[in-house]
Amino acid sequence: MSPIENVSRRRFLQGVFGTGALILAVRYFPPILSHQRAAGAQTEADRATLHPNVFVGIQQDGTVYIVAHRSEMGTVIRTSLPLVVADELDADWTRVKIDQAIGDKRYGDQNTDGSQSVRRFYGTMRECGAAARWMLIQAAAQQWNVPVSECSTEMHVVIHKATSRRLVYGDLASAAAHLTVPKKEELQLKQPSEWRYIGKGMTSVDLPLLCTGQAIYGMDARVDGMVLASIEHPPVFGGKIATLDDQDALKVAGVHQTVRIDPFKPPAAFQPLGGVAVIADNTWAAFQGRKKLKITWDNGPNESYDSVEYKKELIETAHKPGKLIRGVGDSDKGFPTGNHVFEADYYVPLLAHAPMEPMVALVEFKDGRVTAWAPTQNPQAAQSIVASELGIPIENVVCHVTLLGGGFGRKSKPDYVAEAAVLSKKLGRAVKVVWTREDDVKFDYYNAVAAMYMKAAVDEKGKPTAWLQRSVFPPITSIFDVNAVYGDPPHLAQGWTDLPYDLPNIRIENGPAQAHVRIGWLRSVANIYHAFAVQCFTDELAHRAKRDPVEYMLDLIGPPRTLDFTNVEYPNYGADYKTYPWETGRLRNVIEMVADKSGWARKKSVKGHGFGFAAHRSFLTYVATVVEVEVSDKGEIRIPRVDTALDAGLVVNPEATRAQFEGAVVFGTSIVRNGEITAKNGVIQQSNFSDYPVARINEVPAQTNVYITESSAPPTGVGEPGVPPFVAAFCNAIFAATGKRVRDLPLSSNSQFT
Amino acid sequence: MKLKVNGMDRIFDGDPDMPLLWYVRDILGLTGTKFGCGIALCGACTVHKNGEAIRSCVTPMSAVAGSEIRTIEDLGANGLHPVQEAWMQVNVPQCGYCQSGQIMQAVSLLKNTPHPSDQQIDDAMAGNICRCGTYQRIRRAIKLAAEKNA
Repeated sequence: MSPIENVSRRRFLQGVFGTGALILAVRYFPPILSHQRAAGAQTEADRATLHPNVFVGIQQDGTVYIVAHRSEMGTVIRTSLPLVVADELDADWTRVKIDQAIGDKRYGDQNTDGSQSVRRFYGTMRECGAAARWMLIQAAAQQWNVPVSECSTEMHVVIHKATSRRLVYGDLASAAAHLTVPKKEELQLKQPSEWRYIGKGMTSVDLPLLCTGQAIYGMDARVDGMVLASIEHPPVFGGKIATLDDQDALKVAGVHQTVRIDPFKPPAAFQPLGGVAVIADNTWAAFQGRKKLKITWDNGPNESYDSVEYKKELIETAHKPGKLIRGVGDSDKGFPTGNHVFEADYYVPLLAHAPMEPMVALVEFKDGRVTAWAPTQNPQAAQSIVASELGIPIENVVCHVTLLGGGFGRKSKPDYVAEAAVLSKKLGRAVKVVWTREDDVKFDYYNAVAAMYMKAAVDEKGKPTAWLQRSVFPPITSIFDVNAVYGDPPHLAQGWTDLPYDLPNIRIENGPAQAHVRIGWLRSVANIYHAFAVQCFTDELAHRAKRDPVEYMLDLIGPPRTLDFTNVEYPNYGADYKTYPWETGRLRNVIEMVADKSGWARKKSVKGHGFGFAAHRSFLTYVATVVEVEVSDKGEIRIPRVDTALDAGLVVNPEATRAQFEGAVVFGTSIVRNGEITAKNGVIQQSNFSDYPVARINEVPAQTNVYITESSAPPTGVGEPGVPPFVAAFCNAIFAATGKRVRDLPLSSNSQFT
Repeated sequence: MKLKVNGMDRIFDGDPDMPLLWYVRDILGLTGTKFGCGIALCGACTVHKNGEAIRSCVTPMSAVAGSEIRTIEDLGANGLHPVQEAWMQVNVPQCGYCQSGQIMQAVSLLKNTPHPSDQQIDDAMAGNICRCGTYQRIRRAIKLAAEKNA
């Protein structure tokens, strides 16, 4: 449901749009927010209009403003969604200006996470542009006194062909503002053949700024009179200050004072971790002062957390019967025994996001109101946690969204914004909190450590007759519920519940794990470890059966069909299953596509030179990947080439999509080579790129080829789906080249490779 | 102490241990140069000192007395540098946060090695991390800029 109404005379965004401008608001009611409409409505007249998600403004000078309500962290979403509006509006892209939205539930969901911006808003964006175009046509028809049906648009102009009359959009804005907005049924969306931009794409509107140092990230935000803050956090999750001596810190030139931040009240969610902030004139002074703090800590129960022991416990748990998530056939019966049963343990450690821009936020608290500038993926969550920390109404919190220097899911958790808000309130002035890289690595919301136990009984052709897979990982829900130990349905659905194999007996389980650090979403999330286990174990079985891994996978997937999740909890990334069914035929298609494009049939692995393959659906997108590796006698691994084929439905911006898949293989390279966070006595052992290395130019694939399936199916995600199949295919390629099976990530801690 | 930043004479009388990074960012307000790691491992802070790429996050002010410092802001001040043009043409950046440093490093590379091989590109650029993973395009853009120079 997306009602549209004319809000030209409302007070929305008056700073942005001139008077007489035509402004449209498409209102979108996300299911989980719908009951909050009434509460929002009590505050201002504007807010009585519920949750608009898109604003289009047309100035009398012809400038078209399009509000980007999702956060820009490099996916080019700030361009791609407005492009959809501009297309249906028939607007000249060179006359479009993008305005970044503040956090406001009127826009609907703004949490730029889960590869869902285009998927969720493509339709409403089209309607919004089409509605504006409809009104401009109406206005022109009235002015010319001709039937609407005789009028049409060309780029940025309404025309009446019979009389060769033309009216540019700017000249129609005022008249159109007085018209009633069309109902959804009245809208005439363009035919795909008429699209100017959708499916063709456009480079980022920010590109010139990004290449000249002019782009403003959270790190670059500044206001007059602000002070800088650097925070010493409790080294163990949940720890508290026992004693504090700040005398030496206060002697550092430029340091003003220190401020204690209270520890969080469990569950941690997005609250500040607590600790001591050093307040200074500049960032360097704050860092220096912080080094002089003398603090003893009361570490609390997580002091016993040791990641080596924890790994053993996870694997033990994975060997015990767990909670049944999905069963097929006689999955309750005992597993066959004998020579044709194979089992394997797979393991992926905690992973940190490490975006290039560490956490940073600038907040000014004044007269009971907060203004924040933050590189956040989720400005509404920032508003919410700031309001709750300061005890002020959410309406009193304005959160401006800067560009993000990377996000990868970390910046959907606004604990750092809350820290700046708490400090600003205490100090009565604007405070910018700057995390160091060490803070970033040590105080992340890590991707869960996970153990996967895999077991299969196979027939004489090596095809499984029974399949068991059991995963154990501390769930993300543990940050919201301290008692949560089992995987939650949305994350189990990430490549675990939805095993796409056509086998007679399947048993999918999950076991419990207690979290001792903050667990959170990281690019591709649970798909990383789930696809790693499923796709590598499948490759193991193919090799044992002496069958071609691609042919074997197609055999296991079986004929094209829609997976049936009757009586199974399968959230499907929050998408309607009828619109976005799990279609094995689409997975088969990308497998066949990548096999063809990579020349798979001609590629024969030999010692030191191997080819690996994997395929996976995540975020509703089907991806298949072939990785080529060279392994030297010394064990050095090079990746000459990657081929990846995808089906993401209709792709709005192919260039941006290719870039996302190119980046995904680099992200995956970091995971496989070095990605590992460990803990001892509850303290995270890594601190910077020295001990949490991420992939560099000489370590990544030399060439990544991306093949996009032409499709008119509804659009799906592109930011995350490239990572999981690459991780598995890379490991499968290493096996093909070395005969060593990678079951334990990363390579840097795997005794077979060190 | 005196130094030149982007062609302008500057006088600094603060903590001589303060890294150049924080001087250009916090004191001069030139925020194009980025903070990424603080220990010269990511290259986001790369600027030129007397024409050579350095990591400003570990370069104390005492080490740049009398030097000429150039930041990304000056590189394109009089029209885009050929490396910036190549970056635009190849559409390199994703989030863009590391790109000031990448570009400053690439400019330095091409000054010393006008036509670098893949290996030379890797060697020169391995100190600059891009977490988004734009390396393939960085390599292509450097080659394009090299062709333009030819």
